Amino acid sequence: MSEAAVVPTGTDEGAFLLDVRDLVVHYPVRRDLTSALRREPHQRISAVDGVSFSLRHGEMLALIGESGCGKTSTAQAILRMIDVTAGTIEVAGRDITHLTSQQLRPIRRTMQMVYQDPYESLDPRFRVRRAVEEPLLIHGMAGSSDQREAKIVEALERVELSPADLYIDRYPHELSGGQRQRVAIAASLVLEPRLLLADEPVSMLDVSVRAGILSLLDRIRRESDMGIVMITHDVSTAAHFADRIAVMYLGRIVEEGPARQVVNDPQHPYTKALMSVVPKRDPRDRTEPQILHGETPNPIDVPRGCRFHPRCPVAEERCKETDPQLHVPTGAANDAHRAACLLV
Amino acid sequence: MKTTEPALAEGTALEARPSARGNVVVQAVKGRPSALVGLVIVAFFVFVAVFGSVLAPYSATQQTGPVYAPPSTEHWLGTDDSGVDVLSELMVGGRTSMIVGFAAAFVAMIVGGGIGLIAGYAGGKTDGALMRVTDYFLVIPDLVLMIVIVTVFGPSRLLVILVIGLLLWTATARIVRSQVKSIRERVYVRRARSLGASHRRIVFQHVLPQVAPLLIATTVLAIAYAIFDESALAFLGVGVPGVSWGNMLEHAFERTAMTQGAWWAFVPPGLAIGLAVIGCYLMGQAIEDALNPRLRVAHLSIKSWRFRGGSAAPVAPEGSAQEPRP
Amino acid sequence: MSLLEAHDLNVWFDLPHEGTLHAVQGVSFGVDAGERLGLVGESGCGKTTALLALMGLLPPNAQVSGRVTVNGEDILAGGEDAMRSHRWTDVAMVFQGAMNALNPVKTVGSQIVEPMRFHDTADGDAAQRQAGELLELVGLPASAAKRFPHEFSGGMRQRAAIAMALACSPKVLLADEPTTALDVMVQAQILDLLESLTRDLGLALILVTHDLPLVTQVCERAVVMYAGRIAEFGSVDTLFHDPRHPYTRLLFEATPDLSGLEEVVSIPGSPPRLDRPTVGCPFAPRCDRVFEPCAAHLPALVSVAERHRAACHLNDEAYARPPRPTETPA
Repeated sequence: MSEAAVVPTGTDEGAFLLDVRDLVVHYPVRRDLTSALRREPHQRISAVDGVSFSLRHGEMLALIGESGCGKTSTAQAILRMIDVTAGTIEVAGRDITHLTSQQLRPIRRTMQMVYQDPYESLDPRFRVRRAVEEPLLIHGMAGSSDQREAKIVEALERVELSPADLYIDRYPHELSGGQRQRVAIAASLVLEPRLLLADEPVSMLDVSVRAGILSLLDRIRRESDMGIVMITHDVSTAAHFADRIAVMYLGRIVEEGPARQVVNDPQHPYTKALMSVVPKRDPRDRTEPQILHGETPNPIDVPRGCRFHPRCPVAEERCKETDPQLHVPTGAANDAHRAACLLV
Repeated sequence: MKTTEPALAEGTALEARPSARGNVVVQAVKGRPSALVGLVIVAFFVFVAVFGSVLAPYSATQQTGPVYAPPSTEHWLGTDDSGVDVLSELMVGGRTSMIVGFAAAFVAMIVGGGIGLIAGYAGGKTDGALMRVTDYFLVIPDLVLMIVIVTVFGPSRLLVILVIGLLLWTATARIVRSQVKSIRERVYVRRARSLGASHRRIVFQHVLPQVAPLLIATTVLAIAYAIFDESALAFLGVGVPGVSWGNMLEHAFERTAMTQGAWWAFVPPGLAIGLAVIGCYLMGQAIEDALNPRLRVAHLSIKSWRFRGGSAAPVAPEGSAQEPRP
Repeated sequence: MSLLEAHDLNVWFDLPHEGTLHAVQGVSFGVDAGERLGLVGESGCGKTTALLALMGLLPPNAQVSGRVTVNGEDILAGGEDAMRSHRWTDVAMVFQGAMNALNPVKTVGSQIVEPMRFHDTADGDAAQRQAGELLELVGLPASAAKRFPHEFSGGMRQRAAIAMALACSPKVLLADEPTTALDVMVQAQILDLLESLTRDLGLALILVTHDLPLVTQVCERAVVMYAGRIAEFGSVDTLFHDPRHPYTRLLFEATPDLSGLEEVVSIPGSPPRLDRPTVGCPFAPRCDRVFEPCAAHLPALVSVAERHRAACHLNDEAYARPPRPTETPA
């Protein structure tokens, strides 16, 4: 496996593949004329408001949360598709927060993204061969066309599209959703990335196909020690496949820890409510659902103090004043499990 | 038995061979009779334009018969106000209309396509500035401009081409711009960006191929407009000098062909203009139709679903192959 | 006799070039007042088409056969014209993505009043008042009637869509993927609402979805569809604990569960094309317990227990059954 000089191999147990610290992403809201005349202060969307987490090589972290929680913006910030307002992002020890496009180019090889929509993430005019080949051409890892072909075939076989020549000349419209997603994954893998961001990789696929794709991602990350950040709103999927889960609410991580612990022993009231309303397969496995009132507030208007307190079933007076930080709750099983709540 | 999903199994959508994609434009035209009709008409006119002067029975500029002679076996379409054979004029004049039409549409395609591409792709201030420029060009009346230019520079074919082309590009620019804007937002383009693809690569590999068919359709329609425009300008006396359909009409109008009952002096050129425009229009429309996703208007249809009385036969009787349903 | 019953429902679509697509093949089920029935399956199985057929909301290239009865009265036989009078007054529907199907230029209230006027169930002030009551019933303030859809969030718009469906006091509510685009918490709210509506108003609910856990949590009974046919039909409890069709079992096994205890496995292959006739069981190519009769004989939907039916030869004692996978010697 070839390695770019830019990114060291992740054999050192202590080294993090990805280290995000106090990430802030704010989008300014354009004022309309009346607001500008009245000199009202600029509003902003606090999409990501102080997020910190890290990822080891070969680890899978699931970022879960509802719409508006900032998980997609976080992923886009990591990939440097959008500008970072504050905070730092380190990939394999290198600070990429403010690198220019030119400087980012070699690093882009090591970070890849898999998108939600398998029907849109492939150019309909490109055959599978060309779709998988494109990253190689962009990064000048071309070599001869035979070498490229070999890499393409290898990538397709890795995603279980085998034998590869059955697929290599197809157009996307000839493939099923699951097959298309595999092609998209192959195109990401051909550059041998260290970090993969998967944004709802299976939510648009049929249920009977999802497990195959997720298992594939799981197998690949174990084989190549690749770190995966999976963004999903499907808590059950996260519970099944991720090593760790980070629950996001309104731009912050409110709970974080080993997947089984976060699911079976949630500490934060939001996580508790979330876990209680996720439908379970077994009709006899009923928990009393804790249905919260209302919906997640707009990130323009983040509540003071703890941002969850308006909807929190156990909020106290102090929750309106103090903004809790992530810490290890008293009831947690170990240090890896943290929650941002004043009451735990 | 637990298996991981083998990606290919029975009943998948894959056909035996990869499909030959072919040219979208060609595919669009196939199976649409109107497109075929348009194609035939345009091809015919192009043929006449190329070989007209060779095939014309008489001179298109010299008098070869009496003034306003009606159609006869010698002059199939009669003669005009100067005794020139109408049929010959028609054939030679067609060349002007075709050349101006195609050239002006080509100018519109290059300029409009280019501006639309840049505006749509760059967005932001560039887009705003280019659109303002487009707006200015949109409101310039071509006839007035033409009259001014002819007065200042004198009449010429090149000028006519430029004037028509430079006023036609605005429509193309807008159409291309909105198409480019929407392509730019497609996931696979964003993906290419996140991979680190350069703008050049994205424009030439992803955007342009998607825009090209629409550009072609728009350009074909622009030819129709250009032909009509040229004829209109000629009719008003500020067109391309020499033999052309518009000039034929202008002569017929000036020399009172109508009151004299010499319909052969203006009906043929008028019909020719109309046919050429229709031909281009049919072709362009067919391509455009093929590119637009089919609108789902089933719910607006007057027809409704039908009820089949009686119960349906079982899908497959025991042990036998099923005949296809009617 | 159930409140709404479908008997041997078949739907064919005329394809643009040639042939027909047999989207729904001999489907029968019923739902009682106050009952919640789930219609589960993956894309292309025909569940949405079957639901639309119940209300005659099919495109002009569709042909339907069979019977759909409401309180015994056949509402399908008369074609589109006869069906119109039953729509909304007897059977109403909440569509997939209904929150995006609200007319953006009309107030929410006027859209609720519209079906009332069309079906002559109420008019003028009485209609306005009823609209307000309906909004409160679905958890929105009555003042929402004067607002426009874009002023509401996705969840609130879905509630408004439900209020619209209830405008003419239907007996049966059909819901096509009502929570697909919504967050988990909002989904829980909407499902809770649907549950209370069936309880308090005695509505019958037919819920179409691809989300199995949703059905096991919300519905009492469910129909599992595959390739246009019913694979299995029974209470959600039996479907999970005693599935008699391999597809039902495999579908559960392919669905991740919060407990994360069992391995999740995909089902290989993909569903058959419905524009070609199938020979034998449509699931046979993908089935892990396929045996001799499957390839040639279409299994009939038979009773395997009280109120539990499945279409699989494994349930037929006439055939010698192959050993279960766990019984196979290593």
